[in-house]
Amino acid sequence: MSIEVRNLRKAFGNFVALDNVSLDVPGGELVALLGPSGSGKTTLLRIIAGLEPADQGTILFQGENATDRPVRERQVGFVFQHYALFRHMSVFENVAFGLRVRPRKVRPSEREIHETVMGLLHLVQLDVLAGRRPSELSGGQRQRVALARALAVKPKVLLLDEPFGALDAKVRKELRRWLRRLHEEVHVTSVFVTHDQEEALEVSDRVVIMNEGRIEQSGTPEEVYERPSTPFVYGFLGDVNLFHGRIHQGHVNIGESELDAPEWAHASDQAGVAYVRTYDVELGLIRSGTSSLEAVVRHVRAFGPMVRLELDLVDGGRTIEAHVPRGRFDALRLGKGERVYVSPTSVRVFAQPA
Amino acid sequence: MTSIAIPRPAASAPRAITRATGESRAVRWTLTAIALVFLSLTLVLPLVLVFAQALSKGFSTYWQAISEPDALSAAKLTLLVAAIAVPINLVFGVAAAWCITKFDFPGKNVLITLIDLPFAVSPVISGMIFVLVFGAHGWFGPWLLEHDIKIIFAVPGIVLATTFITSPFVARELIPLMQEQGADEEEAAIVLGAGGWQTFFRVTLPNIKWGLLYGLILCNARAMGEFGAVSVVSGHIRGETNTLPLHVEILYNEYAFAASFAVASVLTLLALVTLALKTLVEWHQRRSAVESTETDSIPERIVA
Repeated sequence: MSIEVRNLRKAFGNFVALDNVSLDVPGGELVALLGPSGSGKTTLLRIIAGLEPADQGTILFQGENATDRPVRERQVGFVFQHYALFRHMSVFENVAFGLRVRPRKVRPSEREIHETVMGLLHLVQLDVLAGRRPSELSGGQRQRVALARALAVKPKVLLLDEPFGALDAKVRKELRRWLRRLHEEVHVTSVFVTHDQEEALEVSDRVVIMNEGRIEQSGTPEEVYERPSTPFVYGFLGDVNLFHGRIHQGHVNIGESELDAPEWAHASDQAGVAYVRTYDVELGLIRSGTSSLEAVVRHVRAFGPMVRLELDLVDGGRTIEAHVPRGRFDALRLGKGERVYVSPTSVRVFAQPA
Repeated sequence: MTSIAIPRPAASAPRAITRATGESRAVRWTLTAIALVFLSLTLVLPLVLVFAQALSKGFSTYWQAISEPDALSAAKLTLLVAAIAVPINLVFGVAAAWCITKFDFPGKNVLITLIDLPFAVSPVISGMIFVLVFGAHGWFGPWLLEHDIKIIFAVPGIVLATTFITSPFVARELIPLMQEQGADEEEAAIVLGAGGWQTFFRVTLPNIKWGLLYGLILCNARAMGEFGAVSVVSGHIRGETNTLPLHVEILYNEYAFAASFAVASVLTLLALVTLALKTLVEWHQRRSAVESTETDSIPERIVA
């Protein structure tokens, strides 16, 4: 089932949580809402679920207006950040809850309930723990029970609020992959909220990046990572260096160096910021053309395939970060305090708001 | 081979900690002794005295005092009042705690403050308020007289006063508990399709049952033991509007000490039973709290 969000607005007192947000989630897709805390992503998710009313705007499920539909009639599955499992019920009863509270006429028989619940527990690999209480499970196991419980009512839409937020890094990675596989199996339209860019890029079909109650960009993980459309997205996805300078007729001047910025061919002497990914730099021992910046090595972290260097720019005194392949680093034989020339290989320039 | 004397920190550690953080033996003993003497004088001694006085003239006098018609009618009235006031406060307390903790609405803080009012006001004043409102010279006095409805100096007045005095117990017990639990589980239930009553009976109630029971026990103890407010509205009519605490006072004022203490001993027994129940419930509550916080110590089963 597809979800369409039209011109949604929501304020809590003076704080605007959502400012005219519109969003399309095609049926069967797995979409990530990504943003820092306070960006409105959880509020958006809760409004889609019906747990929070919107001040303005409409929600369409499969083209039908669902804005005023009560929560229990929306047929959504919701997975809470802290699981919200019923603490006094066994794992089995937690998953069975959605089936047991149905009106008598549409309630499945005890045998059907047993089959559905055990099937779901098998899917989340917890069938042997059906009799346990939530308090006897680990965080990752609880999260999987919460997922099984949400799936038990055969939701049209699955909504997950920071599903892996409270888990440690290793369990998180496993569950991430597992969620991706589960989605391929169940194929229910899913929206999940996260503040972890890696998680969003790795798991989802589409990433929606939010900031201060607005959607900054939405697209496939490749699109948003390779072609960020706003400075915020550039800064939020991956490590990036900022160079402040002046844009003038297709060039940016940073100190004494000059970088190409062909998309700004008609700009005349305006303030701008050049964004350069940490790995989009070439290091050399001698100056190469006008685009290289002189720097001094401040710190080297030489483990793993990429060597990470902290460099102090001679001009302006700012510190930047550069990631270079180990082979290149070995060839340069750089050490702390040595002089190096940095040439950005890929630059994205944004005008600085006056 | 050289042998090096290695100190055994494991064995001496607890003593070291006591020495580092504790007080000297004399101070500890003095403090404990003060506490024990104080407790014996104010709690244990009166308790023993009540039973000693009650049985001072033999068991037959004791039995006579608690089985005479006036005492029995006082006991009946006390039970009746508790049987009405406690259920009313059960409903009120749960409803108040529910709306305070699960919803946001204007006037919420006023409601929280008002719930504490019966604790803040002297019980005698509470009784006076009811006399002022429902008494013969009160606001509704003439109207009630016209329709031949008796509230003050009658059972309804006693029930009203007791209900008012005992109204905070359940709500005050539940509000912090429900605030701590949050609304997550209720939201989960609603998303899964549960209705309001289903959510309450299947999710909320099981989570608060021990706290609720605890509140009810305290509420019941106070409802049976309330003196001040009931004394003002009751009129002390023997065999009609006398509750057990009022009956104790009347007997005492009539110099029937043994009888007075005999009836008092019944109330005291009730208090002891209440304490035992309270301890039992607290023990259960703590156990279920520990159960729900035991976390993450179980090793993760590998996914996939």
